[in-house]
Amino acid sequence: MATGSYRIEADLNGRGSLLLRYAAPQAFFPIAGKMIPWFGALAIIFAVAGLYVGFFVAPTDAQQGESYRVIFIHVPAAWMSMFLYVIMAGWAALGLILNTRLSGMMASALAPTGAMFTFIALWTGALWGKPTWGTWWVWDARLTSELILLFLYFGFIALTNAIDDPRRADRAGALLAIVGVINIPIIYFSVQWWNTLHQGASVSLTRAPSMAATMLTGMMLMALAAWMYSIATALWRVRSIIVERERDAEWVQGRKGQE
Amino acid sequence: MNWGSLDNFLAMGGYGVYVWGSYAVTALCIAAELWLLAQRARRAERSR
Repeated sequence: MATGSYRIEADLNGRGSLLLRYAAPQAFFPIAGKMIPWFGALAIIFAVAGLYVGFFVAPTDAQQGESYRVIFIHVPAAWMSMFLYVIMAGWAALGLILNTRLSGMMASALAPTGAMFTFIALWTGALWGKPTWGTWWVWDARLTSELILLFLYFGFIALTNAIDDPRRADRAGALLAIVGVINIPIIYFSVQWWNTLHQGASVSLTRAPSMAATMLTGMMLMALAAWMYSIATALWRVRSIIVERERDAEWVQGRKGQE
Repeated sequence: MNWGSLDNFLAMGGYGVYVWGSYAVTALCIAAELWLLAQRARRAERSR
């Protein structure tokens, strides 16, 4: 590896800024490893609490009966699908601007988890739509833009995998990710901008939530679990990416047999 | 929320297929992702 051009990133003596110091893959690698079990444990704790509240505390919905309990997965998954895309595009943009190696790796590490949550949002939406709307799927604005989000994730993964040089792959993927960000406000506001079958937001920053407090608590706990899970999986994946990309570097060779 | 019996809990008021279909596929996706992550980590460690 060309160590000279990464002097700032690799400056581990404490003289560089904190951000740049931990932006060096070899500095981030052990930190990520230490954080994974904590975020994993938090994900399990929040999920157990969320499922308990969701199934044993939250009451039956007056209109939808028990079918509404899909919400405890559906809404957190849909939120994560959008959050992770924005964070992915943010890392990608940071990589374009600062040319830091770790940024592109983080973007690549987030994409599969984002795609998974997008699929889960669509799947649980279909299973919730059937009993409440009478159909698995409609080509309305909310559902269609969420499907486009899934294709954006697939496109990003396919594009970055198709280019052999990782740094060129990062740049190409970054462009796609950044352009695709336009889809996020479209998803979010679709229920206001167009006449859709999908209901409006039950939770917003400006109004009191239009659902029972215990339902909301269960949903928020599951959303926290989804956050912790996403952080744990992204960190786990980025560790593999770091090793894959820098396997010839001295520091990777040096830790052979350790940990 | 008191379900009374396991049968009632599994039936989900007649919506069991939809509710459990959602949770089962989500659990499957998570299991698959964790398995793939473990595989990738093992492959990365072995190849270096």
